[in-house]
Amino acid sequence: MGYRAVRFYQTGSFAVGNRLVGSEDRSVQSATRRNNSLSSGHRACQGCGEALGARYVLDAAMEATAGQMVAVNATGCLEVFSTPYPETSWRVPWLHSLFGNAPAVATGVAAAFKAKGRTDVRVVGQAGDGGTVDIGFGCLSGMFERNDDVLFVCYDNEAYMNTGVQRSSATPPAARTATTEAIGDALGNAFGQGKNLPLLAVAHEIPYVATATISELHDLEYKVHRAMTMRGARYLHVFVPCPLGWGSATHDTVRLARLAKETGLFPVFEAEHGEITGVAKIRRRLPVEDYLRLQGRYRHLFEPVARPDVVARIQQLADRNIRRFGLLDGDAENDGHGGACSSPDAARTGEPAP
Amino acid sequence: MTMLKPFAVTLDVGSSLANKTGSWRVERPVYVDRLSPCNDACPAGENVQRWLYLAEEGAYQDAWRAVVEDNPMPAVMGRVCYHPCETACNRAQLDEAVGINAVERFLGDEAIRRGWELPPCGPFSGKRVLVVGAGPAGLSAAYHLRRLGHAVSMYDEGAAPGGMMRYGIPRYRLPREALDAEIERILSLGVELRTGHRVADAVAAMEADGFDAVFLAVGAETSKRAYIPAGDTARVLDAIGLLHAVEDGAAPFVGRRVAVYGGGDTAMDAARTARRLGATDAVVVYRRTRDRMPAHDVEVEEAAEEGVQLRWLSTVKAVNGTSLVLERMVLDHDGFPQPTGEVEELQADSLVLALGQQSDLSLVAGDSDIAVRDGVVAVGPDMMTGHPGIFAGGDMVPAERTVTTAIGHGKRAARHIDGWLRGSSWEPPARHELAGPSVLNTWYYDDAPRSLRPRLEQARRASTFDEVVQGLEEPTALFEARRCLSCGNCFECDNCFGVCPDNAVVKLGPGARYAIDYDYCKGCGMCAQECPCGAIRMEPEVV
Ligand SMILES: Cc1cc2nc3c(=O)[nH]c(=O)nc-3n(C[C@H](O)[C@H](O)[C@H](O)COP(=O)(O)OP(=O)(O)OC[C@H]3O[C@@H](n4cnc5c(N)ncnc54)[C@H](O)[C@@H]3O)c2cc1C
Ligand SMILES: Cc1ncc(C[n+]2csc(CCOP(=O)(O)OP(=O)(O)O)c2C)c(N)n1
Ligand code: SF4
Ligand code: SF4
Ligand code: SF4
Ligand code: SF4
Ligand SMILES: [Mg+2]
Repeated sequence: MGYRAVRFYQTGSFAVGNRLVGSEDRSVQSATRRNNSLSSGHRACQGCGEALGARYVLDAAMEATAGQMVAVNATGCLEVFSTPYPETSWRVPWLHSLFGNAPAVATGVAAAFKAKGRTDVRVVGQAGDGGTVDIGFGCLSGMFERNDDVLFVCYDNEAYMNTGVQRSSATPPAARTATTEAIGDALGNAFGQGKNLPLLAVAHEIPYVATATISELHDLEYKVHRAMTMRGARYLHVFVPCPLGWGSATHDTVRLARLAKETGLFPVFEAEHGEITGVAKIRRRLPVEDYLRLQGRYRHLFEPVARPDVVARIQQLADRNIRRFGLLDGDAENDGHGGACSSPDAARTGEPAP
Repeated sequence: MTMLKPFAVTLDVGSSLANKTGSWRVERPVYVDRLSPCNDACPAGENVQRWLYLAEEGAYQDAWRAVVEDNPMPAVMGRVCYHPCETACNRAQLDEAVGINAVERFLGDEAIRRGWELPPCGPFSGKRVLVVGAGPAGLSAAYHLRRLGHAVSMYDEGAAPGGMMRYGIPRYRLPREALDAEIERILSLGVELRTGHRVADAVAAMEADGFDAVFLAVGAETSKRAYIPAGDTARVLDAIGLLHAVEDGAAPFVGRRVAVYGGGDTAMDAARTARRLGATDAVVVYRRTRDRMPAHDVEVEEAAEEGVQLRWLSTVKAVNGTSLVLERMVLDHDGFPQPTGEVEELQADSLVLALGQQSDLSLVAGDSDIAVRDGVVAVGPDMMTGHPGIFAGGDMVPAERTVTTAIGHGKRAARHIDGWLRGSSWEPPARHELAGPSVLNTWYYDDAPRSLRPRLEQARRASTFDEVVQGLEEPTALFEARRCLSCGNCFECDNCFGVCPDNAVVKLGPGARYAIDYDYCKGCGMCAQECPCGAIRMEPEVV
């Protein structure tokens, strides 16, 4: 199961493409024929992880559905930066209604196509973490519960970015936002609150749930393809760093996504019908501090007074993920090479094993 | 564009392509080629990164062509070069250096096996150049001069061409089939070779035969001597003489116990040769410690593997029949060996002196324009001596004494001679900025351990002159080439094309690389950050 991770060949499956392997082993993004579902000229900030993630996901979905696809979008950065009327950056049929109702609208679109006998047309709903985890959660839970034929994608940048970086229930502990300030004794967002939506989705026992990041492209594309081979309610939670809201350098967006996975703070896994079926192993384990230090939203943990106690609590969260999801096991089937459930196939590489 | 609008819609749908976000930019990404550390370190000036890139695709002939642009003898170099490129290789920071030298040898051997031919020579320039000495410096100069269109005559006093590659480096490190094939290929470009022809006076030779320029490459082939009191019965040989005699098929009798005095590569080769001639005990005596030995580590290791013993901090004071008197030394604060007065004996049937070599510069002695300093000929950056039109290189000029340096000198001299003959001057191209480890994003490279070159089994190493270090098979050579990180030069991984959130990277197709669409690039710098090999630089936007 999983995408076929290529070993060796210089960059294996780590880079977007690889001139030394056949096109079937390169990503959709490496091909000039990719759809560019979100095209140039959009108004996302420099280095926006959400813009990148949306193109990754929708290009893969367009490829998987041979272009027979409709996207339904909640309010949020993704909607605002892509469609200042009358301009649009979308090169897919695209619909926007409200902040909180995107899963319900997507359900309706799917029902409409079904009524018209167009079961070849697939529906993707998409929203930020606020639109998914908070205000959209009721509609989403209903969509799951009814097992409506929609892939719903959450682009998680861990706060309400579009309205000025307010806390959401996906904001991590200790992060500074406009509503969880780090002034005086206050240390940003509280520990012990918030929701884990991927696990809530798993609890709905829908056909498919997966998490992914914009740094593991082959894994992300594989998960979109996998989801599109199934019918019913499917959920994909994509980790998308936001340089504006996180106070990070614009060039560090992909790097931060990589660090979130490699520290264990963001577990990358997939689940079917309520059971976890695969995890992406950590390849080079790193302390959470390497991740935190690159972000202004955690600066108060390092200056003016260093708070190693708080950093240690965050490290505990990462360690717990590592334990809980088995992120370190280095068996042959899952050696952290590539993504979830990747199966390195040494024989096909035609290269000698070490 | 007007179209029929649905109810309540008043404006046409426009694309965001109308919004040129390039105006947001304060920094712009620029594609660059940086100088890979291997290229930077290669004394022959090979474009290692480039030929590895071609080898990675399995395009071995193209890769070989890229090698011989600079170095006409990859099969030789892939065996005897001390590979400073690997010492500099960035991959060593990740796991182990790329086995550049092994891949080079594979390409060299492949070329010989398949009969690949050197590129054709340029049109005849009307100029004739004399090359004195057919060692690596002379051969390299002859090759590059022929390619530049000049007629070349090469005079060598030896019986066969090759210099120290033939009469110094033993067969077990450099089989003569490889050496002969690569020399023959150079000669077949139309180089006139006269062996057994000693040049006694460089200026006279130039004038007598009407040459337009001369390249001197007579090497450093005379063994240095040390005064050691020795009785009549003692067998004292010099290392160069010993190795030369073995090559001539006239190996002298060395006995069962051989002492070699000196700490350089020549000492190691003399001791290993003595083992192959039947010596059961071969002991290298050196006055300092191993870490101060001029011999390269690999030579010392291979000698030790073959049972050569090493005795540090000792000098030879006297030879009495089959007994050597050794004096123990200590290193002073500056690392110089100082005598202790303590002596010991070492039984030896013969003593081989390997105390270094010097150049026989009698051929320039009569020319006051040519300066000789510290036993070597002074040359300018253009490799020209003080005598206009007479150039020199290799072991006879101040530089590291290796085959690779000699090959590099030959190339550089040929280009300057060409410039000089055409009444202009050759300017070496500007060097690109170095691609050190800090420009890399090593996350993207797969973990891949270095491939080792197989070695001949011990028994045959002690008794035969068969080649010790074996070549790589094709799949292993390919694997090794693909360990290269392509430092500083795009290898078309599509990362920049993929990670741009603004679709501002244009992919131009295989071999054609990429371009930035500055209409939309916002200057976030992600492409540069995620480029594995450091082939994109962010530069301040000029406003
Ligand atoms: C035992 C030994 C092992 C070595 N091993 C290595 C090694 O593994 N790797 C490495 O990189 N380097 C090695 N070296 C060093 C390397 O061989 C030399 O640096 C290199 O050969 C120098 O090249 P050259 O062309 O300057 O001179 P040479 O190779 O010495 O060639 C000079 C040529 O000039 C000819 N000649 C001299 N005087 C005259 C004259 N008056 N008229 C006509 N012809 C003349 C000689 O016959 C000779 O053919 C070794 C050296 C020795 C001695
Ligand atoms: C009912 C409603 N409440 C509030 C808003 C204002 N609003 C628009 S987008 C947004 C936050 C979006 O956050 P998120 O869903 O995480 O998306 P992001 O902008 O972070 O990508 C809010 C609060 C709204 N549009 N509708
Ligand atoms: S605020 Fe964040 S998510 Fe919104 S456009 Fe800017 S970078 Fe993207
Ligand atoms: S990794 Fe490749 S390009 Fe970089 S220094 Fe080593 S051989 Fe040269
Ligand atoms: S990633 Fe795109 S927008 Fe960012 S600097 Fe590179 S080309 Fe420009
Ligand atoms: S990211 Fe890859 S494709 Fe782009 S310049 Fe660097 S090596 Fe070339
Ligand atoms: Mg958000």
